[in-house]
Amino acid sequence: MTEKAAKTIRRPRTEMPVQPPLVRIQNYLEVALGYSEEDALTEASRCLQCKKPSCRQGCPVEIDIKGFIGQLQKGDVPGAYKVLREYNSLPSVCGRVCPQENQCEGMCVMGKNPEKTGGPVAIGRLERFVADTFAKRLAGGDAACQQITGEAACRMTRDDLTVACVGAGPSSLTVAGYLASLGIKVTVFEALHEVGGVLIYGIPEFRLPKDIVRREVDAMRELGVEFRTNWVGGKSFTVKELMEEQGFKAVFLGVGAGLPQFMHIPGENDIGVFSANEYLTRANLGRAYDFPNHDTPTFKAEEVCVVGGGNVAMDAARTALRLGAKKVSIVYRRTKAEMPARAEELEHAIEEGVKLELLSAPIALNADEGRRLVGMTAQQMKLGEPDASGRRRPEPIEGATREIPCQLVIIAVGTRPNPILLEATQGLALTKRGYIEANPETGETSIHNVFAGGDIVTGAATVISAMGAGRRAAKEIAKRLLGTEL
Amino acid sequence: MKYRILKKTVLIPGQTSLLVIDAPHVAKKAKPGNFVILRTSEKGERIPLTIADCDPEAGTITIVFLVVGKTTAEMNTFEEGQSLHDVCGPLGRPTHIEKQGTVICVGGGTGVAAMHHIAKGHAAIGNHVVAIVGARNKDLLLFCNELGSFCPEVLIATDDGSMGHHGFVTDVLKERLEQDKDVSEVVAVGPVPMMEAVSKVTKPFGVKTTVSLNAIMVDGIGMCGACRCTVGGETKFACVDGPEFDGHKVDFGELRLRLGQFRDQEKQSMELFQHKCHCAEGK
Ligand SMILES: Cc1cc2nc3c(=O)[nH]c(=O)nc-3n(C[C@H](O)[C@H](O)[C@H](O)COP(=O)(O)OP(=O)(O)OC[C@H]3O[C@@H](n4cnc5c(N)ncnc54)[C@H](O)[C@@H]3O)c2cc1C
Ligand code: FES
Repeated sequence: MTEKAAKTIRRPRTEMPVQPPLVRIQNYLEVALGYSEEDALTEASRCLQCKKPSCRQGCPVEIDIKGFIGQLQKGDVPGAYKVLREYNSLPSVCGRVCPQENQCEGMCVMGKNPEKTGGPVAIGRLERFVADTFAKRLAGGDAACQQITGEAACRMTRDDLTVACVGAGPSSLTVAGYLASLGIKVTVFEALHEVGGVLIYGIPEFRLPKDIVRREVDAMRELGVEFRTNWVGGKSFTVKELMEEQGFKAVFLGVGAGLPQFMHIPGENDIGVFSANEYLTRANLGRAYDFPNHDTPTFKAEEVCVVGGGNVAMDAARTALRLGAKKVSIVYRRTKAEMPARAEELEHAIEEGVKLELLSAPIALNADEGRRLVGMTAQQMKLGEPDASGRRRPEPIEGATREIPCQLVIIAVGTRPNPILLEATQGLALTKRGYIEANPETGETSIHNVFAGGDIVTGAATVISAMGAGRRAAKEIAKRLLGTEL
Repeated sequence: MKYRILKKTVLIPGQTSLLVIDAPHVAKKAKPGNFVILRTSEKGERIPLTIADCDPEAGTITIVFLVVGKTTAEMNTFEEGQSLHDVCGPLGRPTHIEKQGTVICVGGGTGVAAMHHIAKGHAAIGNHVVAIVGARNKDLLLFCNELGSFCPEVLIATDDGSMGHHGFVTDVLKERLEQDKDVSEVVAVGPVPMMEAVSKVTKPFGVKTTVSLNAIMVDGIGMCGACRCTVGGETKFACVDGPEFDGHKVDFGELRLRLGQFRDQEKQSMELFQHKCHCAEGK
C-alpha cells in the first residue's frame, strides 16, 4: 500500500493533448483537446483523497473536489458529474476557463513540492472531462433535467412564480438553471442577439467552443427557461415595469461590466485602434473569423499590438494571430509575473509566437496623414514599491521611450460598469466606482426583491465567481418564493 | 420573436425603401432620435438604423434605408410577410424636445426619414417647425408630403433645380437664418458632408445646431466603442451619449474617416451578394 502510494505520487501531472501551435493558429478550433478516458483515470489516480482537502477552500463555490475525483477513481462518470453539478451549473465551461492555478490547484497539497510530487492534480482538466463525457452520453436523449440537476426528472414549472434575469452571462444563467430546476418560471432578457454573455461575445471559440454554451442554454430552454434576446434593460424595459406590470416576483441583474476603458492618449480614435471588446465581439459574436461567409467584418493588419496583461489581452492577441497577423505583441507595463491572465493562456500565447513587450506603457499612438495607425510610442517602465493591490507599481524611466511599429492596436486595459440599466433604475444604490451595491450573502440590492451578482457587483472578475454570486442569489430567491430553507 | 415586415414601400427603386416592422416592445418606448440595431439573417451583421416613425398602438416601427452595403441590399429584397432576424431597441438618447419657438429641421437623402420623426416631435410640442429637404433631383425627394402635414413650411432644394431652390439645402438655410432672427435651433440629419456644411452655415449666426451621427456600431449599448467620435475635444460613444450632438463641436473629418474603416470588406461582401443574386436569377 505504502509502496503503491509512493509510486502514485511520483507520477507527473498528465498532460492534456493540444493542437500543435503552428497548426492551431491556422484555424479557430479548440486548442486543448481534452483528456481521453485513460488520461482522466490516470490523472484522477494521482489525487490523494486527503482527509482535510485544501483544494476545496481554493474554489470560490467550494465544489466537493475530493468527492467528484473519488467517483472518477471508481470510474463512475455520472456519479462524478452529479457531485460537480451540485455546486457548479456550468462545469464544462469552468473546466476550461477557471484560473485553477490560483484556486483549487493552487491549494492542492501535491503542488507544495512539485519536484517530488509531479505538481498539483489537474482538477480543471478532470472537471472538463467529466462534464464533456457526461454530456456526450446524454446527447440525443431527453436529458435536460439530468444535465442541469443530475436528476432524471424535474419538478413541474409553476407559472405563478416568475423571476426575471437581466443579462444572460454566467451569473444569470446560474440563477435561471437553479430556479428552473425547482420549478420556478424564469425569463432571461438579453441585450445582444445571442445568449451567454462573455462566454459568447468575449471568450473565443478556440478556447471555449460555442456549442458548449449552446448545449447548456438548450438544456435550460427544455426546463422551461425563456430567453428573450434583443431586450435592453433600461431601454426596452425597466426593472419597475418587470415587477409592477409584468408581475415578476423577483429580478436578478447580471449585466456584467462591459464598458471598455481607453487610455486617453493621443491617437486613440485613429483608424486601426480598437477596444478588445469590439475586436473580440466582431470575431466571436459576429463570427468575423468566417468572413465573408458571415457578414461582420474585422480589421486586419500585419503588425498588431495588444495593450494589457489579462485574459482579455491574451484572447485578443491569439485572435489576431488567427486572423492573419504576422507579428503580435502584448504590451504590458509590469512583468510577466504580474500578468493576471490564466497561466495556460499565457503559455499558449507564447507557444503560438505572441511576443511580450514588458515594462512598456503606451504614451502615444502614431498615424500617417490619413490617420491610419503606423505605430506606438511606449514608455519604458521599472517596478517600484507595491501598491494597494499588492503588485509592484510600475514607474516610468525618465527619457526612455521606444517606437513599436503596428497598424492595429487592441486596447485591453479593463472595463467599467455600463450605466444604461443602472441610470434607468431609480433607487438602486451604487458603489463609489459605479457598481451595484449588493448584500454579500443574498445578493439583494437596495431594492426589495431585486438581486444582483457577477461583474456588475464585483467589477471584472471570473466566470466562477459570477456563478457563485448567481447561486447565492438564486438560493435566496427560492427561499423567498417557495418558503423553504434550501 | 418575429420582426415581421408588415408593409414595404419602395421610395426610390433599387435605392431606398421604407419598412413597417412589427416590434411592439420597441414601438412602445421609441422616441424621436432613437435608433435600432438590426440583423437580416443568422449570419448577418448588426447595423444601426434610425427610427423614422412609430405607432405604439399598432406595435410597429418604421425604418427607411438607403442601399449602401450587403445588409441593406439584402433588406431591399425582403417583401411584406418576411421577417428581419433581429431588431434591438430603442437605443440612444432621444432628441431633446422642448417648447422653444422656431426650429428648422434640415434633411438630406435618407436622413429626411429620421429628421421627419424629430420634426414631428417638435411640432407636437408646439414649436414652429420649418422643414428644409434636399435631394439631387425631384424624384429623389422623400417625405415632403408627410412633413407638409404638420410643418407650416416645407422648403425644398434640388441640385438640378427640378423642384424648389436650385442648389443646396444650406443655401435655403442661410437665407432663412438671415431673414429670421428668431430661430432657436437647427436640426440636421443626412450625409456627413451635409451635416458639416449645415453646422458651418449656422455657426456665424450662433444658432444651436443638433446633428445625428451615423457612426459604425456593433452592440449599440456602449460595450465596444466602435461608435466613438470626438465632440468638443472629448471622446463620446455615439450609441449611448448620442446619436445627437452639438454640430459646432463634432469632428466631422474623423467621423468620415472612421466610417471608411471597413470599406474593402464592405465592398467584398456586397460583390459576393450581388453575384449570388445574379446567379439565382440565372444571369
Ligand atoms: C475576453 C474575456 C476573457 C475572459 N476570460 C476569462 C477566463 O478565462 N476565465 C474566467 O474565469 N473569466 C474570464 N473572463 C471574465 C468572465 O467572463 C466574467 O467575469 C463573467 O463572464 C462575468 O459574468 P456576468 O454574468 O457577470 O456577466 P457577463 O458575462 O458580462 O454577461 C452580461 C450580459 O448582460 C448583457 N447586458 C448588459 N447590459 C444589459 C442590459 N442593459 N440589458 C440586458 N442585457 C444586458 C450583456 O450583453 C451580456 O450578455 C473573461 C472576460 C473577457 C471579456
Ligand atoms: S456601438 Fe458599441 S459602444 Fe457604441
